[in-house]
Amino acid sequence: MTADTQAAQPELGRARPRKEDARLVTGQTNWTDNIVLPGMLHMAFARSPMAHARITSVDLSAARAVPGVIAAYSGADFAAEQGSLPCAWPVTEDIVIPAHPPMATEEVRYPGEAVAVVVARDRYTAADAAALVDVGYEPLPPVLDIRTALDESSPKVHAEGNKSFEWVFAQGDLDEAFRGAPVVIERNYRQQRLIPSAMEPRAVVASCVGGEFTLWSATQIPHVLRVMLALVTGIPEQNIRVIAPDVGGGFGSKLQVTAEEVLAVLVTRKLGRPVKWTESRSEGNLTVHHGRDQWQRIRIAADSDGRLRGLSVDLLADMGAYLMLVTPGVPLLGAFMYPAIYKMDAYSFRCTGVFTTKMPTDAYRGAGRPEATYAIERIMDELAAELGVDPLEVRERNWIKHEEFPYTTIATLQYDSGNYEAATARAKELFGYDSLRQEQAERNLDNDPVRLGIGVSTYTEMCGLAPSRVLGSLAYGAGGWEHASIRMLPTGKVEVVTGSSAHGQGHETAWSQIVADQLGVPFEDIRVLHGDTQISPKGMDTYGSRSLAVGGMALVGACDKVIAKAKTIASALLETPPEEIDFANGVFSARGGSGAAKTIQEIALATFAAHNLPDGVEPSLDSDATYDPDNFSFPHGTHLCAVEVDTETGMVTIRSYVAVDDIGKVINPLIVEGQVHGGLAQGIAQALYEEAVYDDEGNLLTTTLADYLVPSAADLPSYVTARTESPAGNRLGVKGVGEAGTIASTPAVVNAIIDALRPLGIRDITMPCTPERVWRAIQNVRESGGAA
Amino acid sequence: MAKITVTVDGVTYTDDVEPRLLLVHYLREQVGKTGTPVGCDTSNCGACTVHLNGVSVKSCSVLAVQADGAEITTIEGMANGQWHPLQQAFHTEHALQCGYCTPGMIMAAADLLRNNPHPSDQEIREGLEGNLCRCTGYENIVRAVRRAAEAGASS
Repeated sequence: MTADTQAAQPELGRARPRKEDARLVTGQTNWTDNIVLPGMLHMAFARSPMAHARITSVDLSAARAVPGVIAAYSGADFAAEQGSLPCAWPVTEDIVIPAHPPMATEEVRYPGEAVAVVVARDRYTAADAAALVDVGYEPLPPVLDIRTALDESSPKVHAEGNKSFEWVFAQGDLDEAFRGAPVVIERNYRQQRLIPSAMEPRAVVASCVGGEFTLWSATQIPHVLRVMLALVTGIPEQNIRVIAPDVGGGFGSKLQVTAEEVLAVLVTRKLGRPVKWTESRSEGNLTVHHGRDQWQRIRIAADSDGRLRGLSVDLLADMGAYLMLVTPGVPLLGAFMYPAIYKMDAYSFRCTGVFTTKMPTDAYRGAGRPEATYAIERIMDELAAELGVDPLEVRERNWIKHEEFPYTTIATLQYDSGNYEAATARAKELFGYDSLRQEQAERNLDNDPVRLGIGVSTYTEMCGLAPSRVLGSLAYGAGGWEHASIRMLPTGKVEVVTGSSAHGQGHETAWSQIVADQLGVPFEDIRVLHGDTQISPKGMDTYGSRSLAVGGMALVGACDKVIAKAKTIASALLETPPEEIDFANGVFSARGGSGAAKTIQEIALATFAAHNLPDGVEPSLDSDATYDPDNFSFPHGTHLCAVEVDTETGMVTIRSYVAVDDIGKVINPLIVEGQVHGGLAQGIAQALYEEAVYDDEGNLLTTTLADYLVPSAADLPSYVTARTESPAGNRLGVKGVGEAGTIASTPAVVNAIIDALRPLGIRDITMPCTPERVWRAIQNVRESGGAA
Repeated sequence: MAKITVTVDGVTYTDDVEPRLLLVHYLREQVGKTGTPVGCDTSNCGACTVHLNGVSVKSCSVLAVQADGAEITTIEGMANGQWHPLQQAFHTEHALQCGYCTPGMIMAAADLLRNNPHPSDQEIREGLEGNLCRCTGYENIVRAVRRAAEAGASS
């Protein structure tokens, strides 16, 4: 036994630079688009230029005549085998789920919908030929506004009508809560449509050898995708292998089963040759699922001291043209979050899912929770303004006190832990809250043309998706567990297999840290494998800030089993009963001062040799564990944002941003801080910059990164981040962090803008708060005679 | 077809190319330099940034024929026995998550430091305006470029 084989210090909380970086900073990355297979062909799609039209003809002859084109197919050519893209979340019994063929056959219902695919020897030829596909269209009226789409007179997206579902939830006596309430406030908020914009465009490579299919895809969900491909195409699941190589970001957009993935499999089956498809950014803006797009009508009733009595939410959610993998479930994840950190007597929620002739919506970072958090945090500021008290004061009067945990909310969630007082106190201190308030008052008094605004967001969210039982009760089509395996190699090194599928989160590093602590082996001796259904046969993949809170716990369970097996073998080797053996820092030692001990690496070698194992003990330390959480994870925090708003130009500048987050224990602070920074950037982008815009005829105007404003370094502030900690209920004590920043920051920024302009009589600006919109809002109140 | 001769990361290649072939596709598909990725089709994202005769260009906006006779450095040519100070700083400061923008970000940052060896944070932000990252919120990218500048990355 040598001391240097064992881990030197605890890994938990250690700011380790990542293992992943070695290939990423040197360009040795394996993106899907890098893959080249012998005989590989390239696919390009002909797509609908119209929002809504009947297909009258598809002429592929010109495309087929291009030298280098191997084949071209219309939707009709695949009608018998292409099936329908899946929706795994039928939220109500009477939900309308229209057929969604990967290639349209009779009607197109959003611009960009695929109508034909061309297969050629190189990508340029494929693109040239796709442009020659001649499709006859008979235009049909587009359906663009969910507020009028349910009117009798509205054109219909599908024969079944424009309503997909209505989902309701109610707790407590809402009428009683609103009856005679001294304060009732109602607001209508708009969640604009967003384009997730992962930096890596989608890409797919498919091959079929001897009836066995391999699909490489830039996906977040290789495991879910494999099951779904089997169900959609009828190819037996055991004959499908899905590989997610290096994946360049997802943010929910690669949590999908796409038309292009299904068609790549069908085309490779038809031609017997490998095929590749990589989207262009313009193609992606049209056809990667979008996020948000809701109208929120929110009402609160409160006592005269600001104590909330009741909350009512009526939501219209734009599904787009079809229901994709979890489209209808996204607003429901929000349903439970409107009450946020606040206590109240009654709550009612209604969501109506509506079809339009736009790209389907689906999960985008936060998925339902950013929308809910935005509405409740915005209206809490309205309540504060109505009562003339500080926004943090009105929140404190309503939030769950730290001594009240665990607390069951009016939305029936059980929050396991939290300390809103601590996070808020820390944020106020870092922000200089009181002195900024004073400066604001002085500048308002001076009629400063550049106004100072202070925005507050005391958010919480539910993540770590999710207890399988809860998902079942919400009609979701799968469980919420995660799987992990440990392989102890003869040389004492460790392979860790995770069902979680990283695409930037740093699993290879964080998972190594967890296993190093659990097994007492050095960080460097651990290799983490993921993202290939042949190497990691079981998994539920990565979304909903679940990797650590669920997948990390599966890892702990797998380590427990390795240790238990190793202890049995150590017992034989040390000739000591198992109950008299201690395990610490990778060493099994006999109690009682004999000094007899074996390292876990020595046990691994002895197990490999298997010469001296006790009767009935299998020669393997390897283990599998599947973990199903018994609750969601509830990170929370207080974010404070100061903005300067130039009332002459409408320009908003973020002066300072403080994010204090309680995400429980931290495995790697470097990774956690990065997640917070990136989350903040995306939430701020929704507040200030981004919006997917369709024109009156249903054409998408924001098809490029010149039109859809993903912010650059010059557009974003520097952030001050800090953490408070209340322990989560799992053994690692961890909560999710991937979406928290995005959920918290949008209302913090908009609250700050409105706080700056409220003295002028402005109480809402529709996102994104562009200089033009801010300027117009100011002009409107000035023209209508000043403060309301 | 046009014949071009290009030196990429120190190796000289002579190839026949279609006149319309983009430099980035030439690098990725003909030379096999897949370290340089493509992120958009309007030269907004900067993921494909390389150095052409020592100056950063977006290789999606240059035709391969325009690079005839030129010397090109990609991310794969940045390490010289050991990582370039920018590669090291991006690792140390955790300035990447998914890593898709990283090659372009590092190549653009190298050009920025060549022109301005000791930029302020604001100059770093403005200097990298043509390179988009969706993961990091840029905070750690700014820190990494600052760290690399302090380590003498411009020399």
